[in-house]
Amino acid sequence: MTLLDSPKALPAAPERPKPPSRAAATLRDLGLGVRFAAAGGREGWIRTLLTAVGVGLGVALLLLASSVPHLLDERNARDQARSETRISDSPDAMAAKSDSSVVRINVATEYRDRTVAGYLMRADGSAPALPPGVDRFPAADTMVVSPALKELLSDPGNALLRERLPYEITGTIGDTGLRSPNELLYYAGSDTLTPAKGGHRIGGYGDSREGVPLPPLLIVLTVMVCVVLLVPVAIFIATAVRFGGDRRDRRLAALRLVGADIRTTRRVAAGEALFGAVLGLLIGLAFFLVGREFVGSVEIWDVSAFPADVVPDPLLALLITVAVPLTAVLVTLVAMRSVAIEPLGVVRRGKNRGRRLWWRLLVPVAGLAVLGTTGRVDEYAYEPVKPFPIAAGAVLVLVGLALLLPWLVEACVKRLRGGPVPWQLAVRRLQLSSEAASRAVSGVTVAVAGAIALQMLFAAMNADFNRATGQDPARAQFAAYSEDVTGEAATSAIEKFRATKGVEVVIGSVQAYASKPGVYTDDDIPPTTSMTVGTCDTLRELARITSCEDGDTFVVHPPGDKDMSAWVDRTARKGKVVEIGTGDGEPLRWTLPAGSPTVQGRKDPMGDVHYGIMATTGAVDASALPGAQITAQIRVDRSVPDVAEYVRNTAARIDPGMRFVTLDSVERDRQYDSIQTGLKVGASVVLLLIAASMLVSQVEQLRERKRLLSVLVAFGTRRTTMGWSVLWQTAVPVFLGLVVAVAGGLGLGAVLAWMIAKSVSDWWLFLPLTGVGAGLILLVTAASMPSLWRLMRPDGLRTE
Amino acid sequence: MSIGHTLLGLLESGPRHGYDLKRTFDEKFGQDRPLHYGQVYSTMSRLLKNGLVEVDGVESEGGPERKRYAITDAGITDVSQWLAQPEKPEPYLQSMLYTKVVLALLTDRSAADLLDTQRSAHLRMMRILTDRKRKGDLADQLICDHALFHLEADLRWLELTAARLDQLAKVVAP
Amino acid sequence: MIPEGSLLAAHDLRKTYGSTPALDGASFSVHPGEVVAVMGPSGSGKSTLLHCLAGIITPDSGTITYAGRELSAMSDAERSALRRSEFGFVFQFGQLVPELTCVENVALPLRLNGVRRKAAERTALEWMERLEVDDLGSKRPGEVSGGQGQRVAVARALAGSPKVIFADEPTGALDSLNGERVMELLTEAARSANVAVVLVTHEARVAAYSDRDVTVRDGRARDLEHSA
Repeated sequence: MTLLDSPKALPAAPERPKPPSRAAATLRDLGLGVRFAAAGGREGWIRTLLTAVGVGLGVALLLLASSVPHLLDERNARDQARSETRISDSPDAMAAKSDSSVVRINVATEYRDRTVAGYLMRADGSAPALPPGVDRFPAADTMVVSPALKELLSDPGNALLRERLPYEITGTIGDTGLRSPNELLYYAGSDTLTPAKGGHRIGGYGDSREGVPLPPLLIVLTVMVCVVLLVPVAIFIATAVRFGGDRRDRRLAALRLVGADIRTTRRVAAGEALFGAVLGLLIGLAFFLVGREFVGSVEIWDVSAFPADVVPDPLLALLITVAVPLTAVLVTLVAMRSVAIEPLGVVRRGKNRGRRLWWRLLVPVAGLAVLGTTGRVDEYAYEPVKPFPIAAGAVLVLVGLALLLPWLVEACVKRLRGGPVPWQLAVRRLQLSSEAASRAVSGVTVAVAGAIALQMLFAAMNADFNRATGQDPARAQFAAYSEDVTGEAATSAIEKFRATKGVEVVIGSVQAYASKPGVYTDDDIPPTTSMTVGTCDTLRELARITSCEDGDTFVVHPPGDKDMSAWVDRTARKGKVVEIGTGDGEPLRWTLPAGSPTVQGRKDPMGDVHYGIMATTGAVDASALPGAQITAQIRVDRSVPDVAEYVRNTAARIDPGMRFVTLDSVERDRQYDSIQTGLKVGASVVLLLIAASMLVSQVEQLRERKRLLSVLVAFGTRRTTMGWSVLWQTAVPVFLGLVVAVAGGLGLGAVLAWMIAKSVSDWWLFLPLTGVGAGLILLVTAASMPSLWRLMRPDGLRTE
Repeated sequence: MSIGHTLLGLLESGPRHGYDLKRTFDEKFGQDRPLHYGQVYSTMSRLLKNGLVEVDGVESEGGPERKRYAITDAGITDVSQWLAQPEKPEPYLQSMLYTKVVLALLTDRSAADLLDTQRSAHLRMMRILTDRKRKGDLADQLICDHALFHLEADLRWLELTAARLDQLAKVVAP
Repeated sequence: MIPEGSLLAAHDLRKTYGSTPALDGASFSVHPGEVVAVMGPSGSGKSTLLHCLAGIITPDSGTITYAGRELSAMSDAERSALRRSEFGFVFQFGQLVPELTCVENVALPLRLNGVRRKAAERTALEWMERLEVDDLGSKRPGEVSGGQGQRVAVARALAGSPKVIFADEPTGALDSLNGERVMELLTEAARSANVAVVLVTHEARVAAYSDRDVTVRDGRARDLEHSA
């Protein structure tokens, strides 16, 4: 119109702007998408924010994971710095005495399920070497403690620990000397410690040798933990990018109406996804930085980390920064392939084309094949473990399961018919569009399958370990050992344990060695066996003795071991002399009474079989035995609170360097336990993330059906009917997802167990995880009820 | 169109000369078809005879004699009855309906009621036609449909007018 | 107050949304088997009146009596049960459950009343035959035309053997031929089954299928035939 108004413009044809170059068009469309994402009104913002928060949570987890290498390095470095400077590969080699050398003994203890690390130290000269973080050598009967231990000790509720560590606190250990902010550590000074009393002389701190490489099994485990936790996170990010996709498609259809071509709509969608992902990256970074500050207060793997040590690996961080937006765009474009955005609306494509099974099956099978060809990892083999094929195989299996799920859901749901109204509504809904449901559930599947496989792996390793120990905690709950004490000290130690509060029975014996006297050349080994002295009650716990009186002696054979029995008999010749005691001291010569009966040994509460010579206290004066060792197995009244701490305190009073063991029928490997805990926490966080995404899509779907819900209310539909239908709608895919997860997880677990040459110990480990899955269904359903309730009002009927 | 009722209605606001009546009528309703004097006087004589109006006074200053007419109580009742009575629904009603609406507005009667009554009458007619259509053959159906569409057009006009009554009132009786 | 022999009657209903009055003293009644058109301009409150009458929303004041029972004295669950068993509904659009097939949609009210699936679907098919859409049984609502969908909706409203059908602009989204066919089938079926119909519409030719019409203006219902 303006052209007509101006006569000058008339002759020339109105000049049209040249179509922009491809790159310019791409940029313009991406920018348009960003504008849509950023300025789409309140609803647009909510959608963008949901995506961004979802992506952000995933990114934060990824950044945390990428910090693990640096974290481990730092921990290792801290560890190395406070280890003694090695002078040879033999752990027994002691440093030469010098002005700076220190004699120390490890006096770590346990307090209410926490480890308190500690060393008792004595300086040889005037300039003793100081461990990192300590600026003054602790004088005798004083100690420097970590801040966490200081806090623990200052709490009056921990008087029992204070009693065990009676040293005066003269300082705190700085961060450089600690593995983690929560570490409990102390260095105490002593003026009586000598190498003869178990002390070890060191020349200084700082182990310059390369850190001990992780054991092969641990590498497999670590790789698996990373894969199992990160694959679902990746899937979650992919799901988060598609939040609100339907509404977006409708908006793009409106763009088509005003003349945008398909390529433009794709670029606009890519721009939207890009904006959400980049915003997610920023949010993720913020989450990570904030979360890092709390790392110090969280304990996983029995340790926590210094926030300053949680630094992402730069390469991995770069990878995340590039990969996340790229994934977002790719996922969006792939998702749009199945949808035709026409000017007048959105048409779903490929409805009739059923999902193909074969290539979906191919992926997990290929994964298993990769794992199979990687070969077995032997605990003792020194061949380096190849982490990448293991990771690749596991990723293929897990991703394959995620791919298998949509096919399975579709195939199963297609066959479902009839049933009550809520079931019918849910099933029909899934038949019409099962993609959204499968998409969210595939995260559950992968997380649960991975966790099952990992648990099987742990259990297989653990079970192998457990089978060797045959401890019986009904007979005793604690055992204490003290070496290089005189027989006199040994008997008094046993008395002290007996006098401790809560102790019922002490199976206390003094053990020494007995050998056949004679002169032996270097190549000749003198027949030797053990000599155990204790009360009749004690001896009955160690051997199958029918009658016992003080003064009796016995020859004890290990049951079912003829070789060893013969060896025992060569030393323990009835009526002949044996020499008791080894090493430098003068051996005690003692005659084994001729009438000593031969009996069978039995397992003690620790699961050890005892044999050799056993004598009651009346037959041998235990206090005169040279080179004796105390073994005290202690049964307590478990109802006495803190009974373990009382017993430990007694042990510390007797000898701070005493070995003290807590018995359990399943020996609790603390590391195994903490890995289990870490896995459970990780899996729970991942499942919660997935629950959140399921909830978002569920509520979104409900909101889109606002009008329909109102109509159903008008019909007099009960809310419970709709509630059940929402439940089924979640439950059916999650159930199928769990079936796939259990099958896949068991398969992967079995292969992994085979790889580490262990047998599967427990096929039922998946039960608790499936329980968590069921909880997920309830959680999502319960959390979507308020929206359902709110939407099931007649307001939706008002069109005016 | 009932000129008698219209003139009666105009008299309700006060006594007028015949000439005044014609001018007011032309102004409000007869833009394209002005009234003849003869029509006015013959109508007025009939109304006089029926006792609906009375002569209020006669003036003759330098010209023909001019009667001033005033409405009687019977006249007011007659106007009310006429306004309340819906017209037979038939095509091309609007000029009559329009007159009625304006008169109702001028005389402070409820124009909305008038319109509603008319709508009801139209609907009744439509109902009859719809019924006939349902029972009849195709020819009946087509004929009924023709009538129905026209009635529907009237109805729409009635609704539109009802929605614009306030506006109309301002124009007609400022 | 309650007209003699009426099945459903409302007296002096008032309902306010926020500060906007939607109903301002509306009264209404319908007899068994009677088709009543509720007319009025947009925003006059005719849909609100229908929702109140059907017990979908509760008026701020006024009484609604159905078959001698007072609706405002009923709990939400009781009113839901009443809607399930005694009322049927037809709306303008978006009323068929998209994932269910047509026959399942028609069977839905019966199933909500606890009728077994087989029996419900048999009854549903009979009604669909009556509304000339029995060939659409296994199709989904997305695969049928607007007029067919609306007929399926009418079949659904009738399938539960209700006493009253509430129809809110049932032909609003249809062309005149389809709209008239739907009205013809609806009123015929309703009359033969002695079902009362409350028909909200702004179209005169749709209202012409009624026995009587009520106009709602500014939240008040005017029932000319009864008051005149």
